[in-house]
Amino acid sequence: MAAPGTDPKPHVPDTPSAAGGDPASPAEGRPPYRRLYRSPHGRMLGGVAHGLAVHLGLPVTWVRAAFVLLFFAQGIGALLYAAFWFVVPIGIGEPAPGSAAHWAYVDGAFVPAAPGQSGSALRKGGPGRVARLRELLQRTFQGEPALPAAAAPPAQEGAAAPAERDGAGKQGLGQLAALVMLVIGIMALLNALNIQTAKPYTWPLLAIGVGVALVWRQADDSRWQRWFGLEEGERRRGAYTRVGAGVLLVVAGIIGFLILQGTGSTIGSVIEASIAVLAGVLVLVGPYALRMWQDLGAERTARIRAQERAEIAAHVHDSVLHTLTLIQRRAEDPKEVLRLARAQERELRLWLYRPEAAAEDAPDTLAERIREVVAEVEDRHGVPVELVCVGDCPMDERISAQMRAAREAMVNAAKYGGGGPVQVYAEVEGRTVSVFVRDHGPGFDPDEVPEDRMGVRESIVGRMKRNGGTARVRPAPDGGTEVELEMERADD
Amino acid sequence: MGVPPAEGAGRVARVVLVDDHRMFRTGVRAEIGRTEATGIDVVGEADDVESAVRVVAETRPDVVLLDVHLPGGGGAEVLRRSAALMADPQGVRFLALSVSDAAEDVIGVIRGGARGYVTKTITGTDLVNAIFRISDGDAVFSPRLAGFVLDAFAATDTPPVDEDLDRLTQREREVLRLIARGYAYKEIAKQLFISVKTVESHVSAVLRKLQLSNRHELTRWATARRLV
Repeated sequence: MAAPGTDPKPHVPDTPSAAGGDPASPAEGRPPYRRLYRSPHGRMLGGVAHGLAVHLGLPVTWVRAAFVLLFFAQGIGALLYAAFWFVVPIGIGEPAPGSAAHWAYVDGAFVPAAPGQSGSALRKGGPGRVARLRELLQRTFQGEPALPAAAAPPAQEGAAAPAERDGAGKQGLGQLAALVMLVIGIMALLNALNIQTAKPYTWPLLAIGVGVALVWRQADDSRWQRWFGLEEGERRRGAYTRVGAGVLLVVAGIIGFLILQGTGSTIGSVIEASIAVLAGVLVLVGPYALRMWQDLGAERTARIRAQERAEIAAHVHDSVLHTLTLIQRRAEDPKEVLRLARAQERELRLWLYRPEAAAEDAPDTLAERIREVVAEVEDRHGVPVELVCVGDCPMDERISAQMRAAREAMVNAAKYGGGGPVQVYAEVEGRTVSVFVRDHGPGFDPDEVPEDRMGVRESIVGRMKRNGGTARVRPAPDGGTEVELEMERADD
Repeated sequence: MGVPPAEGAGRVARVVLVDDHRMFRTGVRAEIGRTEATGIDVVGEADDVESAVRVVAETRPDVVLLDVHLPGGGGAEVLRRSAALMADPQGVRFLALSVSDAAEDVIGVIRGGARGYVTKTITGTDLVNAIFRISDGDAVFSPRLAGFVLDAFAATDTPPVDEDLDRLTQREREVLRLIARGYAYKEIAKQLFISVKTVESHVSAVLRKLQLSNRHELTRWATARRLV
């Protein structure tokens, strides 16, 4: 992920001028109907405006502008925003950042925008200056979190505080700053409008509101975290602080509320009574809640098991059953049957006993590579090749050459080794990689190989020499031939 | 597939088959169980840990062919519960016979006291030879097991402070490497200019070290390979 502020494009998909040069995603016809979710991508505060924009197919700037305008109508905008934030869940499987900009308003209809179009059509909504201002603000927010209070006109910018919410760490801080800004903005506005004197409960209510928002936002984040697998330990502490701060704010707000109502003198008994009620509720509801929680856990485990099972079934179906069908059809061709069975056995074995290796995308290590080579030779020549591999190391130029030589040796062993199993032993010891290929065939004397036979001389011995290694071909003690290939690993 | 008489012709080894797949037991019995031809007398079969422990205790065979994966706790559990039978020098010996490629399975049964390990792809002849070798008190290493052991000790060998008992000598290492390269004991003897008996004693020493090597080392080894 790019550092925030350095490249605004992926972070600010909804800014017209920034998206102007965006390559448009392939057009997919009409915008698909979608449920209303808050958008985790490119959101500034709660993702309400972004989510609404995507839901309604409007440019997000318009939605934001509407909220800001409504805010001035007795603060309805803020209330509305808060309501949406509380009620609408955050979306999973959101369109990637950038896709929102690809719907352009043209001739009264929304169409997937072509690269040029999206710029011109949306430029009406916001000129390049806005983008630059946003970029600047973003830098301010994320680079120096102390500055914004002084730098930004609070009330207006607060509602659309340009903090990014695309990653962890700094961005979380930026968003928290945005939240604080929002509060400051609203308070400044309220002060200016002299609402506070009229309604003395504003402050406690505000504190409660902010506290609840904090806690709710945290719940949001933890869900988010589960879906996207952000690193847990790092965020947990931040989560506790946030929830703690939220609860503290709510409690402070309630106490303030009570004091203002004039029940300050009886606050002790009020708290006592509240605790008593809470305890009663806990006693009544606790067991149910606990059981529900346990049921939920059990259900989740069951679901995971079922999924696992389904996956195994799918794998067996795709591989084993198909091969068995093939084998039935080719029962008259023992060689082919053997080949199929062997290939299938190897594949299934790898899948069963080396799940994490099979899951990785072909890691470039010696052990994986030589396994591939062995499989290939086995399949092509129909001779079993038994591989034993000790140690492992990353591949490099020299070892690749060694693998090619080893492949040639295996092919020779498969061809002339009398059909018995070929034994391959590979070992990494310090910087030395040795490969032994042995067959149990009639054996041969390397000195008697005619000059024109290039297999052993060029493909094995010559290749090893050229790459700085050594190759020895010798008869094994009790018949058969062994090829030894030794190579130093290249310097890192 | 014809199985020629084993080296120790004239003798009979009493064998119990432990495997949860009836088809496999039937196949092995058909392959090696013709006593007059192979010298192997299959005296019992079992398909889980409970029955295996019972059958082995009842029949007291020379060799138990033991599958690594078994219902009821696996081959290691059978070994644990039959420990008393193994203590006696003329006692029951176990040979692990597995389809598993996972090092921890194999090393687990070897550490449990099995005297060898062969894969299910082994030929009938080799299996008969292995059984006789086991019943003679020798250890049987397949190339793959030799590879696992080299791997295990390569990881534990690096710090020289380890107890000497836990480490392999140069010679043992050479022997293991030759086994891994597909050499028969006879060939190893020829290659190293030693007697077959010496090769066998090296292999037995390796097996003993493997069974004695402390749990900590093995855990570290397994952890380093993300096996546990």
